[in-house]
Amino acid sequence: MAKKINELMKNLLLTRLFIRELKKERRKIFLTVAGIAWGTLTIILLLSFGQGLATQMLRGQKGLGNNIVILYGGQTSIEYRGLPQGRPVQFFEEDVELLENSIPEIDNIAGEYDAWGAVYKYGDKVVNERCRGVSSVGYEDMRSHFPQAGGRFINENDIKYRRRVVFIGWGLKKDLIGDEDAIGKMVFINNIPFTVIGVMQKKMQMGMYGGPDENVGVIPSSTYKGIFSRNRLSRIIYQVNDIDKSEFVNQQVQRVLARKKQFDPDDNNALHYWDVIKNTKMTRQAFTGITIFLGVIGAMTLIIASVGVANIMYVTVKKRTREIGIKRAIGAKKATIKIQFIIEALLINLSGGFIGASIAYGIIKAVQSIPQEGADFGKNMAMQILANPEFSWTVAISTGTILGIVGLLSGYFPAKRAAAVDPITALHYE
Amino acid sequence: MIKLENIRKVYSTGKVDVEALRGVNLHIKKGDFVTVIGPSGSGKSTLMHIMGCLDKPTAGRYQLNGQNIQHLNDNQLSELRNREIGFVFQNFNLLPYASAYENVEMPLLFAGVGGKKRKEKVESILKKVGLADRMDHRPNELSGGQKQRVAIARALVNDPNIILADEPTGNLDSTSGREIMELFVSLWEEGHTIVMITHDPRAKDYTEKVVTIIDGLIES
Repeated sequence: MAKKINELMKNLLLTRLFIRELKKERRKIFLTVAGIAWGTLTIILLLSFGQGLATQMLRGQKGLGNNIVILYGGQTSIEYRGLPQGRPVQFFEEDVELLENSIPEIDNIAGEYDAWGAVYKYGDKVVNERCRGVSSVGYEDMRSHFPQAGGRFINENDIKYRRRVVFIGWGLKKDLIGDEDAIGKMVFINNIPFTVIGVMQKKMQMGMYGGPDENVGVIPSSTYKGIFSRNRLSRIIYQVNDIDKSEFVNQQVQRVLARKKQFDPDDNNALHYWDVIKNTKMTRQAFTGITIFLGVIGAMTLIIASVGVANIMYVTVKKRTREIGIKRAIGAKKATIKIQFIIEALLINLSGGFIGASIAYGIIKAVQSIPQEGADFGKNMAMQILANPEFSWTVAISTGTILGIVGLLSGYFPAKRAAAVDPITALHYE
Repeated sequence: MIKLENIRKVYSTGKVDVEALRGVNLHIKKGDFVTVIGPSGSGKSTLMHIMGCLDKPTAGRYQLNGQNIQHLNDNQLSELRNREIGFVFQNFNLLPYASAYENVEMPLLFAGVGGKKRKEKVESILKKVGLADRMDHRPNELSGGQKQRVAIARALVNDPNIILADEPTGNLDSTSGREIMELFVSLWEEGHTIVMITHDPRAKDYTEKVVTIIDGLIES
């Protein structure tokens, strides 16, 4: 026990000696610490911005839809049971019901009507914009039509009682109503009065049909059919409960509709699928690849910096040969010499890592705090995508681990050489 | 105290083997002050390295304080150098970036001597060699004689059994050289065992016993 305490004391004394001696080599410390700090900064920034990029891209895709497939009717291209090719395939609300009832993997489904150039009027303001009718409340989640505080999306009763209520995009709201509170206001669509029940939360939208959702007005399908005198759906949107099943669900949809609409199930032109799920999966995979790539680049930078540390440590061993000889002569053990060099390398690596990580953290926080003028699609999307780095502890910890390992390695080999210095030769070394 | 029996040392330099020591016998008793003289290349430095446990003989027996050093490993030899031997070199071999105090402190750090005790020892020993007012000076701020005093203080600080001095006056002017020799004499009078290697003929005037080494053999 006493011996152990003595050993510990001894090691503490030696560590203090090592730190004292390291302090004498300002230039070496400055250069190597700067190298490691740079490597750490690079790896953390690369991974953080990469992660942010991936998140933003996925968010942008979610702006279009959350695990959805958008289904369009096409034209048959194969003769089927005596029916000619070239017949258009059209959707009605009964088709939506049919799909919902026959395919359990579908979580949410909605038919959508789309009218171009509806005339919106509020006071003296007149705006020409699109108007959509939707047949299900699930549309809110599927198409990320989330209301801002104080408002709501279309509900079951709105659809059931053909209420004249409208949910509007934030762009349309601004053009039509301006900065006032919109909820409860009366607007006219094609001269028919509607009550505004909600304004869409701003979102980033990277895929779209017809135009961005920010400029659209959404009303219940039942109401829509009444004003626009149409019962043909523009498209059907459905959400799949398991994203790995989208392919299967699409096959089911093809099968069910082929029977209903009398076309060959193998006809690839009868229906068009915009599989957003597939896009999301591909984006995810692409970004996993990009993250690995960036990580490797960062790790390389760090390793190069560590090679620099090892190199300088080697030079130091050479420069300090005589010092090592003196210490050996007055009783330093090989292990003591070795530990000294390893501790120096570790201290350099870890303090460099700490400085690099702190700077990276600062940069990331600074970039995150840059105010982003609205979230308007298109105008500054590049900024939105790039300027959202995410500082993650996973990145920080793995960087720290890499640093520890390369630090040990960059110290170990020079230390081995230092310990092997022959004291007699070293004492006469000038 | 030191007992060398038929010590041989052969250096292999590739093709040729050089025999630096060819069977040296030497007894040094506690309290001796021995001067080893000899021309350069005679093997006196090799002898000193072996006595100082920096090097092992190729053949022969070396007993230090009754302990056979042939069988000790590197760690044990390091501890022995730390505790039993104090080196004084011709070129001082002080650490250039460390103050006089820090240079003298170092053997105590390797020995694991802590806090207050270490401070007392360093200060008293520096006082003893007359450098009480130069403790914070670095080697390049000290004269040659002062540097050698720091080196002697460092050699003494762990209370070694033997002080090995390799040409301690070789780099000094005659006045400083004389002062250093007087310091050695006073240490000897205190009871320290000192072995000094030199080719300075004046040096032997101070010592009681002179050993001459020529071509790897002791002439008696």
